[in-house]
Amino acid sequence: MNSNIATHSTVELTYVRSARAFVLSLLGPLTIGAGVIWAIVQPWRLTLLHPHGQGFWWLVIEPPLLLAVAGAVFALVVARPLLAELDEARSRGDTVPGEQCAATG
Amino acid sequence: MVHWLFATGFVLLGLCLLSEALVGTEVWQRQPWRKYLWPGLLFALGVLMWPVMAFFTNSAIHTYAHGSWAEVMMLAGGAELGLISGRLRSPWWRLALPLAFVVGGTAIILHEQNTWLFARSAFLHHLIGWTMIGAAVFPLGKAFRPRSGFFQTGVALSLVVLAVMLYTDRDVAPVFGHLSPLAGAPHR
Repeated sequence: MNSNIATHSTVELTYVRSARAFVLSLLGPLTIGAGVIWAIVQPWRLTLLHPHGQGFWWLVIEPPLLLAVAGAVFALVVARPLLAELDEARSRGDTVPGEQCAATG
Repeated sequence: MVHWLFATGFVLLGLCLLSEALVGTEVWQRQPWRKYLWPGLLFALGVLMWPVMAFFTNSAIHTYAHGSWAEVMMLAGGAELGLISGRLRSPWWRLALPLAFVVGGTAIILHEQNTWLFARSAFLHHLIGWTMIGAAVFPLGKAFRPRSGFFQTGVALSLVVLAVMLYTDRDVAPVFGHLSPLAGAPHR
Protein backbone atom coordinates (compact mmCIF):
# COMPACT_ATOMS: atom_id res chain seq x y z
CA MET A 1 0.00 0.00 0.00
CA ASN A 2 1.28 3.42 -0.87
CA SER A 3 1.09 5.50 2.29
CA ASN A 4 1.48 8.78 0.36
CA ILE A 5 -1.82 8.25 -1.43
CA ALA A 6 -3.63 7.35 1.79
CA THR A 7 -2.26 10.46 3.53
CA HIS A 8 -3.24 12.67 0.62
CA SER A 9 -6.81 11.32 0.62
CA THR A 10 -7.25 11.93 4.36
CA VAL A 11 -5.95 15.47 4.12
CA GLU A 12 -8.20 16.18 1.16
CA LEU A 13 -11.26 14.76 2.91
CA THR A 14 -10.57 16.82 6.01
CA TYR A 15 -10.09 19.91 3.89
CA VAL A 16 -13.33 19.38 2.00
CA ARG A 17 -15.19 18.68 5.25
CA SER A 18 -13.95 21.84 6.91
CA ALA A 19 -14.46 23.91 3.75
CA ARG A 20 -18.06 22.79 3.46
CA ALA A 21 -18.71 23.44 7.13
CA PHE A 22 -17.16 26.89 6.70
CA VAL A 23 -19.39 27.69 3.72
CA LEU A 24 -22.42 26.41 5.64
CA SER A 25 -21.55 28.59 8.62
CA LEU A 26 -21.38 31.63 6.31
CA LEU A 27 -24.79 31.22 4.68
CA GLY A 28 -26.81 32.70 7.54
CA PRO A 29 -24.50 35.66 8.29
CA LEU A 30 -24.19 36.44 4.56
CA THR A 31 -27.98 36.53 4.23
CA ILE A 32 -28.28 38.77 7.29
CA GLY A 33 -25.51 40.97 5.89
CA ALA A 34 -27.30 41.23 2.54
CA GLY A 35 -30.42 42.45 4.35
CA VAL A 36 -28.46 45.01 6.38
CA ILE A 37 -26.58 46.32 3.33
CA TRP A 38 -29.86 46.53 1.41
CA ALA A 39 -31.39 48.54 4.26
CA ILE A 40 -28.43 50.93 4.20
CA VAL A 41 -28.41 51.32 0.41
CA GLN A 42 -32.19 51.76 0.13
CA PRO A 43 -33.35 53.17 3.49
CA TRP A 44 -36.68 54.22 1.97
CA ARG A 45 -37.55 50.51 1.79
CA LEU A 46 -37.79 50.57 5.60
CA THR A 47 -41.13 52.18 6.28
CA LEU A 48 -40.36 52.00 10.00
CA LEU A 49 -37.98 54.90 9.44
CA HIS A 50 -40.82 57.07 8.09
CA PRO A 51 -43.97 55.45 9.46
CA HIS A 52 -46.31 58.43 9.09
CA GLY A 53 -49.17 57.63 6.75
CA GLN A 54 -48.16 53.98 6.28
CA GLY A 55 -50.72 51.22 6.60
CA PHE A 56 -50.34 48.18 8.85
CA TRP A 57 -49.02 45.80 6.20
CA TRP A 58 -46.57 48.33 4.78
CA LEU A 59 -45.13 48.62 8.29
CA VAL A 60 -45.00 44.86 8.84
CA ILE A 61 -43.56 43.80 5.49
CA GLU A 62 -40.09 45.37 5.32
CA PRO A 63 -38.13 43.46 2.64
CA PRO A 64 -34.58 44.10 3.96
CA LEU A 65 -35.70 43.09 7.45
CA LEU A 66 -37.46 40.00 6.09
CA LEU A 67 -34.23 38.96 4.39
CA ALA A 68 -32.20 39.53 7.56
CA VAL A 69 -34.75 37.62 9.65
CA ALA A 70 -34.69 34.73 7.16
CA GLY A 71 -30.91 34.59 7.50
CA ALA A 72 -31.12 34.66 11.29
CA VAL A 73 -33.78 31.93 11.41
CA PHE A 74 -31.75 29.77 9.05
CA ALA A 75 -28.55 30.30 11.05
CA LEU A 76 -30.19 29.46 14.38
CA VAL A 77 -32.62 26.72 13.41
CA VAL A 78 -30.80 24.93 10.57
CA ALA A 79 -27.12 25.83 10.29
CA ARG A 80 -26.16 25.78 13.97
CA PRO A 81 -27.53 22.28 14.76
CA LEU A 82 -26.13 20.98 11.47
CA LEU A 83 -22.68 22.36 12.24
CA ALA A 84 -22.83 20.87 15.73
CA GLU A 85 -23.62 17.47 14.21
CA LEU A 86 -20.74 17.81 11.77
CA ASP A 87 -18.39 18.69 14.62
CA GLU A 88 -19.66 15.75 16.63
CA ALA A 89 -19.20 13.41 13.68
CA ARG A 90 -15.72 14.80 13.13
CA SER A 91 -14.76 14.26 16.78
CA ARG A 92 -15.98 10.65 16.52
CA GLY A 93 -14.03 10.22 13.30
CA ASP A 94 -17.15 9.34 11.29
CA THR A 95 -17.07 9.54 7.53
CA VAL A 96 -19.66 11.85 6.10
CA PRO A 97 -20.92 10.23 2.87
CA GLY A 98 -21.64 13.40 0.92
CA GLU A 99 -18.24 14.82 1.74
CA GLN A 100 -16.47 11.66 0.81
CA CYS A 101 -18.12 11.74 -2.61
CA ALA A 102 -17.00 15.31 -3.13
CA ALA A 103 -13.47 14.56 -2.01
CA THR A 104 -13.18 11.73 -4.46
CA GLY A 105 -14.74 13.80 -7.21
CA MET B 1 -45.86 43.16 -0.93
CA VAL B 2 -46.96 39.54 -1.18
CA HIS B 3 -44.11 38.97 -3.64
CA TRP B 4 -41.63 39.95 -0.92
CA LEU B 5 -43.17 37.53 1.58
CA PHE B 6 -42.88 34.68 -0.88
CA ALA B 7 -39.36 35.81 -1.77
CA THR B 8 -38.48 35.30 1.90
CA GLY B 9 -39.96 31.82 1.78
CA PHE B 10 -37.92 31.00 -1.32
CA VAL B 11 -34.75 32.31 0.37
CA LEU B 12 -35.30 29.90 3.25
CA LEU B 13 -36.10 27.11 0.81
CA GLY B 14 -32.95 27.83 -1.20
CA LEU B 15 -30.77 27.98 1.91
CA CYS B 16 -32.10 24.63 3.14
CA LEU B 17 -31.47 22.99 -0.24
CA LEU B 18 -28.02 24.54 -0.42
CA SER B 19 -27.24 23.16 3.02
CA GLU B 20 -28.35 19.71 1.95
CA ALA B 21 -26.13 19.98 -1.12
CA LEU B 22 -23.19 21.04 1.05
CA VAL B 23 -23.39 18.35 3.72
CA GLY B 24 -24.91 15.56 1.64
CA THR B 25 -28.37 14.03 1.82
CA GLU B 26 -27.34 11.37 4.38
CA VAL B 27 -26.18 13.96 6.89
CA TRP B 28 -29.09 16.27 6.15
CA GLN B 29 -31.58 13.50 6.84
CA ARG B 30 -30.00 12.33 10.11
CA GLN B 31 -32.51 14.42 12.05
CA PRO B 32 -36.10 13.34 11.36
CA TRP B 33 -37.46 16.89 11.48
CA ARG B 34 -34.86 18.19 9.05
CA LYS B 35 -35.58 15.80 6.22
CA TYR B 36 -39.15 17.09 6.09
CA LEU B 37 -38.08 20.73 6.33
CA TRP B 38 -37.75 21.93 2.76
CA PRO B 39 -40.48 19.74 1.25
CA GLY B 40 -42.76 20.91 4.07
CA LEU B 41 -41.83 24.51 3.43
CA LEU B 42 -42.52 24.10 -0.28
CA PHE B 43 -45.90 22.53 0.49
CA ALA B 44 -46.70 25.35 2.93
CA LEU B 45 -45.82 27.97 0.31
CA GLY B 46 -48.27 26.23 -2.02
CA VAL B 47 -50.98 26.31 0.65
CA LEU B 48 -50.30 30.00 1.33
CA MET B 49 -50.64 30.76 -2.36
CA TRP B 50 -54.37 29.96 -2.19
CA PRO B 51 -55.30 33.01 -0.06
CA VAL B 52 -53.12 35.10 -2.36
CA MET B 53 -55.11 33.76 -5.28
CA ALA B 54 -58.38 34.50 -3.53
CA PHE B 55 -57.65 37.93 -2.08
CA PHE B 56 -54.82 39.54 -4.06
CA THR B 57 -55.65 38.89 -7.70
CA ASN B 58 -57.74 41.23 -9.81
CA SER B 59 -58.39 39.34 -13.02
CA ALA B 60 -59.24 35.83 -14.15
CA ILE B 61 -55.83 35.23 -15.72
CA HIS B 62 -54.08 36.28 -12.50
CA THR B 63 -56.34 33.94 -10.54
CA TYR B 64 -55.53 31.02 -12.85
CA ALA B 65 -51.79 31.73 -12.65
CA HIS B 66 -51.73 31.93 -8.87
CA GLY B 67 -53.92 28.85 -8.63
CA SER B 68 -51.53 26.90 -10.85
CA TRP B 69 -48.57 27.93 -8.68
CA ALA B 70 -50.44 26.83 -5.56
CA GLU B 71 -51.19 23.47 -7.15
CA VAL B 72 -47.72 22.70 -8.47
CA MET B 73 -45.97 23.82 -5.27
CA MET B 74 -48.27 21.63 -3.19
CA LEU B 75 -47.80 18.76 -5.63
CA ALA B 76 -44.00 19.06 -5.61
CA GLY B 77 -43.80 19.53 -1.85
CA GLY B 78 -46.28 16.73 -1.23
CA ALA B 79 -44.46 14.36 -3.59
CA GLU B 80 -41.14 14.98 -1.83
CA LEU B 81 -42.81 14.53 1.57
CA GLY B 82 -44.34 11.26 0.36
CA LEU B 83 -41.02 10.00 -1.01
CA ILE B 84 -39.14 10.84 2.19
CA SER B 85 -41.74 9.28 4.45
CA GLY B 86 -41.84 6.17 2.27
CA ARG B 87 -45.52 6.48 1.46
CA LEU B 88 -44.63 7.09 -2.18
CA ARG B 89 -42.20 4.61 -3.69
CA SER B 90 -42.04 5.39 -7.38
CA PRO B 91 -39.04 7.62 -8.23
CA TRP B 92 -41.17 9.17 -10.99
CA TRP B 93 -42.74 11.35 -8.27
CA ARG B 94 -39.46 13.29 -8.32
CA LEU B 95 -40.59 14.75 -11.63
CA ALA B 96 -43.13 16.87 -9.71
CA LEU B 97 -40.41 19.42 -8.90
CA PRO B 98 -39.29 20.06 -12.51
CA LEU B 99 -42.97 20.10 -13.44
CA ALA B 100 -43.48 22.86 -10.87
CA PHE B 101 -40.62 24.86 -12.39
CA VAL B 102 -41.99 24.53 -15.94
CA VAL B 103 -45.66 25.09 -15.09
CA GLY B 104 -44.81 27.97 -12.75
CA GLY B 105 -42.54 29.60 -15.32
CA THR B 106 -45.05 29.17 -18.13
CA ALA B 107 -47.89 30.56 -16.03
CA ILE B 108 -45.97 33.68 -15.09
CA ILE B 109 -45.12 34.37 -18.74
CA LEU B 110 -48.64 33.68 -19.98
CA HIS B 111 -50.34 35.92 -17.43
CA GLU B 112 -48.13 38.90 -18.33
CA GLN B 113 -49.81 40.68 -21.21
CA ASN B 114 -47.30 43.52 -21.61
CA THR B 115 -43.90 43.58 -23.29
CA TRP B 116 -40.58 43.26 -21.44
CA LEU B 117 -39.89 47.00 -21.05
CA PHE B 118 -43.46 48.09 -20.25
CA ALA B 119 -42.59 48.38 -16.55
CA ARG B 120 -40.45 46.59 -13.99
CA SER B 121 -43.13 44.09 -13.06
CA ALA B 122 -43.65 43.13 -16.72
CA PHE B 123 -39.90 42.72 -17.17
CA LEU B 124 -39.70 40.56 -14.06
CA HIS B 125 -42.62 38.40 -15.13
CA HIS B 126 -40.86 37.57 -18.42
CA LEU B 127 -37.47 37.17 -16.73
CA ILE B 128 -38.77 34.96 -13.92
CA GLY B 129 -40.76 32.84 -16.35
CA TRP B 130 -37.89 32.11 -18.71
CA THR B 131 -35.45 31.68 -15.82
CA MET B 132 -37.64 29.07 -14.16
CA ILE B 133 -38.25 27.22 -17.43
CA GLY B 134 -34.51 27.16 -18.12
CA ALA B 135 -33.67 26.27 -14.53
CA ALA B 136 -36.01 23.27 -14.73
CA VAL B 137 -32.99 21.35 -16.00
CA PHE B 138 -31.69 21.28 -12.40
CA PRO B 139 -34.69 19.60 -10.73
CA LEU B 140 -34.96 17.37 -13.80
CA GLY B 141 -31.36 16.26 -13.32
CA LYS B 142 -31.98 15.92 -9.59
CA ALA B 143 -34.95 13.65 -10.33
CA PHE B 144 -32.69 11.17 -12.09
CA ARG B 145 -29.60 11.75 -9.91
CA PRO B 146 -31.06 12.71 -6.50
CA ARG B 147 -27.65 12.69 -4.73
CA SER B 148 -25.90 14.88 -7.31
CA GLY B 149 -24.43 17.94 -5.59
CA PHE B 150 -24.41 19.81 -8.89
CA PHE B 151 -28.14 19.44 -9.49
CA GLN B 152 -28.98 20.02 -5.80
CA THR B 153 -26.96 23.23 -5.83
CA GLY B 154 -28.57 24.25 -9.11
CA VAL B 155 -32.05 23.88 -7.65
CA ALA B 156 -31.06 25.80 -4.52
CA LEU B 157 -29.46 28.70 -6.39
CA SER B 158 -32.37 28.86 -8.84
CA LEU B 159 -34.69 29.46 -5.90
CA VAL B 160 -32.37 32.10 -4.45
CA VAL B 161 -32.30 33.86 -7.84
CA LEU B 162 -36.10 33.64 -7.95
CA ALA B 163 -36.21 35.28 -4.51
CA VAL B 164 -33.92 38.11 -5.63
CA MET B 165 -36.13 38.77 -8.64
CA LEU B 166 -39.26 38.78 -6.47
CA TYR B 167 -37.61 41.17 -4.00
CA THR B 168 -36.93 43.66 -6.83
CA ASP B 169 -40.60 43.78 -7.81
CA ARG B 170 -42.62 46.97 -7.26
CA ASP B 171 -46.21 47.96 -7.97
CA VAL B 172 -45.17 50.46 -10.68
CA ALA B 173 -41.51 51.21 -11.35
CA PRO B 174 -39.25 51.73 -14.37
CA VAL B 175 -36.89 49.07 -15.66
CA PHE B 176 -33.57 50.23 -17.12
CA GLY B 177 -35.10 53.70 -17.44
CA HIS B 178 -38.15 52.47 -19.35
CA LEU B 179 -41.67 52.95 -18.06
CA SER B 180 -44.69 53.01 -20.32
CA PRO B 181 -46.99 56.02 -19.74
CA LEU B 182 -49.82 53.47 -19.73
CA ALA B 183 -48.38 51.89 -16.58
CA GLY B 184 -49.21 54.91 -14.42
CA ALA B 185 -47.15 56.89 -11.93
CA PRO B 186 -44.29 55.06 -10.20
CA HIS B 187 -45.05 54.01 -6.63
CA ARG B 188 -43.71 51.46 -4.16
